[in-house]
Amino acid sequence: MLKNLSLAATLVAIGSMPAAAEKLSDNAVRIGVMTDMAAVYADLSGQGSVVAAEMAIEDFGGTVLGAPIELVSADHQNKADIAAAKAREWIDTDGVDMLTDLVTSSVALAVQEVGKEKNRVIMVVGAATSRLTGENCTSTGFHWAYDTYALANGTGTAVVKNGGDSWFFLTADYAFGHSLESDVSKIVEKNGGTVVGAVRHPFPTTDFASFLLQAQASGAKIIGLANAGSDTINAIKQASEFGIVEGGQNLAGLLMFITDVHALGLDAAKGLFMTTGWYWDLNDDTRAWAARFEEKVGRKPTMVQVGVYSAVLSYLKAVEAAGTDEATAVSEALKSMEINDVFTTGGKVYANGRMAHDMYLVQVKKPEDSSGAWDYLDVVRTIPAAEAFQNPAETGCPITN
Amino acid sequence: MSVPVQARAGRFNAVHVLVFAGALIALGALPFAVYPVFLMKAMCFAIFACAFNLLLGFSGLLSFGHAAFFGSASYLSAYALSAWGLSAELSILFATVSSAALGAVFGAIAIRRQGIYFAMITLALSQMIYFAALQADFTGGEDGIQGVTRNPVFGLIDITDNLSSYYFVAVIFVFAMFAVYRVVHSPFGQVLRAIRESESRAKSLGYHTDQYKLVVFVISAALSGLAGGTKALVVQVASLTDVTWQMSGEVVLMTLLGGMGTVFGPAVGAVLIVTLQNFLNSFGSLVTILIGAIFVVCVMLFRRGILGELQARFGRK
Repeated sequence: MLKNLSLAATLVAIGSMPAAAEKLSDNAVRIGVMTDMAAVYADLSGQGSVVAAEMAIEDFGGTVLGAPIELVSADHQNKADIAAAKAREWIDTDGVDMLTDLVTSSVALAVQEVGKEKNRVIMVVGAATSRLTGENCTSTGFHWAYDTYALANGTGTAVVKNGGDSWFFLTADYAFGHSLESDVSKIVEKNGGTVVGAVRHPFPTTDFASFLLQAQASGAKIIGLANAGSDTINAIKQASEFGIVEGGQNLAGLLMFITDVHALGLDAAKGLFMTTGWYWDLNDDTRAWAARFEEKVGRKPTMVQVGVYSAVLSYLKAVEAAGTDEATAVSEALKSMEINDVFTTGGKVYANGRMAHDMYLVQVKKPEDSSGAWDYLDVVRTIPAAEAFQNPAETGCPITN
Repeated sequence: MSVPVQARAGRFNAVHVLVFAGALIALGALPFAVYPVFLMKAMCFAIFACAFNLLLGFSGLLSFGHAAFFGSASYLSAYALSAWGLSAELSILFATVSSAALGAVFGAIAIRRQGIYFAMITLALSQMIYFAALQADFTGGEDGIQGVTRNPVFGLIDITDNLSSYYFVAVIFVFAMFAVYRVVHSPFGQVLRAIRESESRAKSLGYHTDQYKLVVFVISAALSGLAGGTKALVVQVASLTDVTWQMSGEVVLMTLLGGMGTVFGPAVGAVLIVTLQNFLNSFGSLVTILIGAIFVVCVMLFRRGILGELQARFGRK
C-alpha cells in the first residue's frame, strides 16, 4: 500500500512536470531589451544593456522551468510612439513576456501602459522619472536602478550633510528641470540648507556663460545642475573654463552617469558630486563582473547596464519561483523576493514596483588621484535603501499593499 | 516636372476608379497578413505626407513646419480622448479643426513670402509650437500624454482591439486620400499647379494667388491634423517627437522619396520610411544610416521619387 502510494506520488510528480512547462506561454520565456542604440543614451545603455541581459541569461543557465530563454532587442530611437508600437508588436505577434531597459522617460511610461493593458512585466532600468512608480504605477511595472527622487534626495541630503549648505540652481526650463529643482530645494531646506537662487536656461542650451556668471555671483557653495544630457555636459565644461571649482564652489549633477564623467574627463569634472546606484569599483564581485563586461563591450558598465543584468536575472528567478510566466504571478513573486546579485544585496521590491537598494553619493576624483581610465569616483557616503527611495505610501501610487 | 494627371473636373477617370477599388480590397485584407498597429501608423504618416505634398508638390510651397500641425493635433486629440473622454471621431475632428485654424494663422503670415523665406517662417512658427508643447502643463512636458484611451466611435463602436481600430483608421485614410485626390483633380488644383509653374503668370491671368495659397495651406494643415489626431489614437501616446523639426524634415523626406507632385507617391514614401524604422530597429544604429543612404540613392537615381519614376516610365502621360 505504502509502495503504491509512493508510486502514485512519483507518477503525479512526473505528470506535473510537463504541466509546469505548459504554464509558460508558447513554451519559452522571451525577454525584450528595448533601448537607444545610436543616439544620446547609447553609451550608458545601448548595446551594453543587450550584452548585460545576455550575461544574465547565461548565468541563469539558459533555460527556465525546462524551457528556453530567448532574447530580442530593438532600438526605440527615444521615440515613445515607436516604442509603444514595437512593444505591442512584440507582445501580440512575437510572444515577448518581459520588456526591460527603456531608457527615456516618455518611452518607459508609454511601454509601461502597454504592459498594463496586455498584462506583461515591464522592468524599467534606464529611464529616470519617479512617475513610473508614482501616479503612473502599474501592478506589473517595475523600476530598477534609480529614479529622480533617489537622485535628488541622495545628492541633496548628502551634500548638505557634507557641508554644502547653500545652493544655487541651474535649471532646464521645462517640466523635468522644474520638478527636479523643486524636489532638491525641499530636501536641501529640510536638511537645514538654504537655496539662494536659481536661473532657468532654455532647453537645450550650448552657451551657459551668463547663467554661470549668475551662479558664481550668488556665492552659493553648491551649484545644482537641474538638467540632463548635453545640457549638463555643456554646463560642467564651461564651469571648468570659468574656474568655478577652483573658486571654491562645487557642482552637483543631479542626473549623471559614469559615461558622462568619461566623456568630460577628470579635469573638467573633478570635485563634482553625484548620486549613483552602482559603481564598478565597490568590491571584488563588482570588479569581477565589470571585468567580464569590459571584455565583451570594451568599457566599464554603467548602473543602467548592470541594472538590466539584475532585472533580467531577478525576473528569471521570479518565473522559476512562480512556476509560470504569467505576469501577475511573476510580479507577486518579484515583490516577495530579496534581490541579491552583483547590483545589490538585500534589495527589496515595494508594492508600487520600486526596487529599493542602497545608493551611493560619489565625488569625481582629481586627475592626480586617479589610476587611469574609469577610475573616476570616490564613494563619499552609502545611502541606505530606506532613506534613498521614497516611501511607497507617499508616491501617489494607488497600489500599496 | 511633368505632372501626369488629366483633370476632368467632376468626373472620375476609369483607371483611377480601378486603382481605387484594388486599393480598397487590399486595405481590407492587409491586417490579416501584417501587424495592424504598424499598418495604422503607416496610414497616418501616409495621410500626413500626402497632405504635405499638396503644398510642396502641387503648389510649390516648401513648408518646413508641418510638424506643428501634426504634433499639436496629436496632443489635442490625446487630451480630448483621455481628459475629456470625447468619442474617437469627435476627438479627431476637434484636432483637425484646430489644426485648420492654426494653419489659417500660420498660412496668413507665411504666404506673404516665397522660397527659403517661406520655409524659414514656417520653421520658426512651428518651433514656437514645439516650445509651447514643452512648457505647457497639459502636454506633460517631455513625458508626453500617456495612456491615451481608444474611446468608442460615436460612443457605440468599440475600437480597443487592433483589428476594429484598423478599420476605423482605414476609413479615415480612404476619406483623406479621396480628399487629396479631389483637391488635385479640380479646377482649384489646376490653379495651384499654375501658381507652382509661374506665380506671376497666374496673377496676370487674374487669379488671386494669395487666396489660393492660403486655402491650400489650410487644407494641408487640416489633413496633417487629421493624421496627427489619428496617430495619437493609434499609438496611444502623444509626445514631443511629433512636434520636433525633425518630424517636419521626415515628411519632406517621405514626399521626395515617394514622388513629389504625384497624388499618392508620398503615401508610398511614408510607408517605406515607417517600414524601415520598424524593421531595421533591431539592427541598432543602422536605421538612420540606412535611411540616409536610401535617400541619397533615390535622389541620385530617380529624381521623381518612386511613384513618380514609375509613372514616367510606364505610361500614363
